[in-house]
Amino acid sequence: MTKNQGYGFREEMRKSLLLIPAVLVLLFFFIIPIVLTIYYSFTNLALSGSNAKNLQFIGLENYKRMLTDPSTVISIENTLIFLAGSLAGQTILGFLIAYLMKQKAKGFRSVAGPCFLAGWVMPEIVVALCFMAFFKENGTLNVLTGFFGAKQVSWLYEHPMLSVVIANVWHGTAFSMLNFQSALDNVSGDMEEAARVDGANRFQVLLRIIIPSIKDTIATNVMLNTLSTLGVYGLIYAMTGGGPANKTTTLPIYMYNQGLKGMQLGFGTAIGMMILFVGTICSLIYARLLRTKEEG
Amino acid sequence: MKKRLLSITLTATMAAGLVACGSNSGSGTAATAAQEDSTTAAAKESQAESKEEASGEKKTLTITFKDDGQGENHPWYVWLRESYEAWDMKDQVELELAPITGSESDYYTKVALQLADANTCPDIVFEDTFQLPSDVSAGYLTNLDAYVADYEAWNNGTYYESLKAGSTAADGSVYGIPFCTDTRGIWYNKEIFKQAGLPEEWQPETWQDILDACAAIKEKVPEVIPFWCNSGVATGEATSMQTYEMLLYGTGEQLLDADGKWIVKSQAIIDTLQFISDIYTNGYGPSLSLVLNGQATNTARREYLPQQKLAIHMDGAWISANWIDTGAAPWPEYQEIMGFAAMPTQNGGGTVTMSGGWTLSIPEHSAMKDEAFSFIQQMMEPPAYTKSVIAQGNIVTRSDAAEDEEYLSQPYKAEGTALLDGAYFRPQNEQYSVVTTNIQTMVEAVASGSTPEDAMNQYAMDVTRIVGEDNIVEK
Repeated sequence: MTKNQGYGFREEMRKSLLLIPAVLVLLFFFIIPIVLTIYYSFTNLALSGSNAKNLQFIGLENYKRMLTDPSTVISIENTLIFLAGSLAGQTILGFLIAYLMKQKAKGFRSVAGPCFLAGWVMPEIVVALCFMAFFKENGTLNVLTGFFGAKQVSWLYEHPMLSVVIANVWHGTAFSMLNFQSALDNVSGDMEEAARVDGANRFQVLLRIIIPSIKDTIATNVMLNTLSTLGVYGLIYAMTGGGPANKTTTLPIYMYNQGLKGMQLGFGTAIGMMILFVGTICSLIYARLLRTKEEG
Repeated sequence: MKKRLLSITLTATMAAGLVACGSNSGSGTAATAAQEDSTTAAAKESQAESKEEASGEKKTLTITFKDDGQGENHPWYVWLRESYEAWDMKDQVELELAPITGSESDYYTKVALQLADANTCPDIVFEDTFQLPSDVSAGYLTNLDAYVADYEAWNNGTYYESLKAGSTAADGSVYGIPFCTDTRGIWYNKEIFKQAGLPEEWQPETWQDILDACAAIKEKVPEVIPFWCNSGVATGEATSMQTYEMLLYGTGEQLLDADGKWIVKSQAIIDTLQFISDIYTNGYGPSLSLVLNGQATNTARREYLPQQKLAIHMDGAWISANWIDTGAAPWPEYQEIMGFAAMPTQNGGGTVTMSGGWTLSIPEHSAMKDEAFSFIQQMMEPPAYTKSVIAQGNIVTRSDAAEDEEYLSQPYKAEGTALLDGAYFRPQNEQYSVVTTNIQTMVEAVASGSTPEDAMNQYAMDVTRIVGEDNIVEK
């Protein structure tokens, strides 16, 4: 008994010892920066000006200012529109592509797959440049629509949010497609066949059999996409700079403008906390949805 | 057993990795990213430094300045290279040019990030005079009082007294050597004016005169853009100074009132924004896709003006430097075609101009302040100095350079310099550098369709947040 206890203790120690490197890495690169960020959001930290020399704890001042500022509301609205648009586009398109590719020959899949993946593999900034060229006044889109006699539209300025959402959907669809592909591969063919035999048409099979079988994947996919979409900065900044005026100013752009352009780092980090807050809320909602589904 | 241990370790590492990855989307702030960026740069730099010191080689003097995209042929590059060749310490000191290529506002952010840390800090930095008070308050710049005390040209009246003010902070000390100043006005294309039936020698008396000219051009020469002024956030300080302040100061009001309080709501602000709104709602201005991006200043100066696709351009007096033989967009006929008029006040009775300028400053964290000041003195020596200011199209800060024949014979130089009397300077207020970003937001909002009232209310809110309720006033 005692022997066993001693062994168990030593074993525990050894395990803990082996975990130390991982814990240290976590501590230095994740936990300390997060704690610092939280702390700075309560200070007057600035990049220039007398506050830069005189770091002070100012309590909830940054948060108070943020919550009374209409720009914050506009940024949150923009973020949610961008999020909803991107999620809807990425999920629906991703699913459709995966579904259409499901029953195709392997050769076709191995050619078509990488084509869709190219958008995902491309760095954000390259995507932004491609879409700027696409949406430009004399860009590809206007040439195409002009072919059918449509009037030239300055997409990036007249429909800025739509433009960045389309760019982001193009960029992110392949990720959803990959998720759905692997989920669809696991849907039992027997069930589908049974449904067919019972007289269900293709649409009914999709709605009653396939989608319910992959609902967990849908939820996970939406959650992962939410988190990555909330942080999108480079794409929007390069395409519209958050403008014109504040029409595409999402929270990350607002944070950059206030924190770095406006040199008020403390206020900027408070906006960063707001992004974290929005992300947490979304995650909680999805987690709740997932759980009720499982229980049901 | 071993297998289990291995799997535990692997799982732990994987989990840590996953969590760390996840943080990118959630809480990763731009500030941390920027810090990481500068830390790597710092590490590289300090490595380079220690290598050089160890091998007993030359010390390196680093200079940070703004590159607008023109690259090696930009007058500042040429000036720095030529000054170095003439410098008596060049055998002991290596010169490292560290330009920042970026938009207006990115430059000041990057400079502030560099100056904040000893490892990334250059030895000389080009500071716009509006950013200087803020960087002085932050303790980023070296007090040059002791240096200028022994600088003969500084004390014998060679430098214009009025321009020394731009590099003197609120504490009365000198923090930079001013090397240029400038004025602003209205450029107009005489040929287009002729086609539109407007006088070829033009001096508008009121804002309405400008709008009337735009209307005539729009009607008679529909293929050109009647009027262009910097209107976007991306064009940074050019939007604040060349557009908003040129208009606002022409109403008789300024950014601050006599007690030093920021005016956040007034009829003058509404009038100023209304003028900008009139330009865009009447279709006198360029399309937003042209004017709201970071390249807009270059587009107007280097493309639309030389290609004669733009009639009236509100901008700096220096932009003709783009059209000389060695400029970014050589245009041999520019002197016959382009006219330069002073900006009228709102309802007539006078003209208005804003004046700015740049200084050479030494960061507080520089380890080579003596060498840096010696190099600044070398840079300020005519004729290389004069040549450089001519190439920039700016106005010199030294009276001896102002007597230079070639300088005096520059086109538009007399008109530009004449405006300097009675020119307004931006507030020497450390908060200006932040408030100015809100001015840009306000102007862009109006240019893209907001009402002047809405834009002003947002401005009032933003400025109040920055300077505090005790420092604002509504009129």
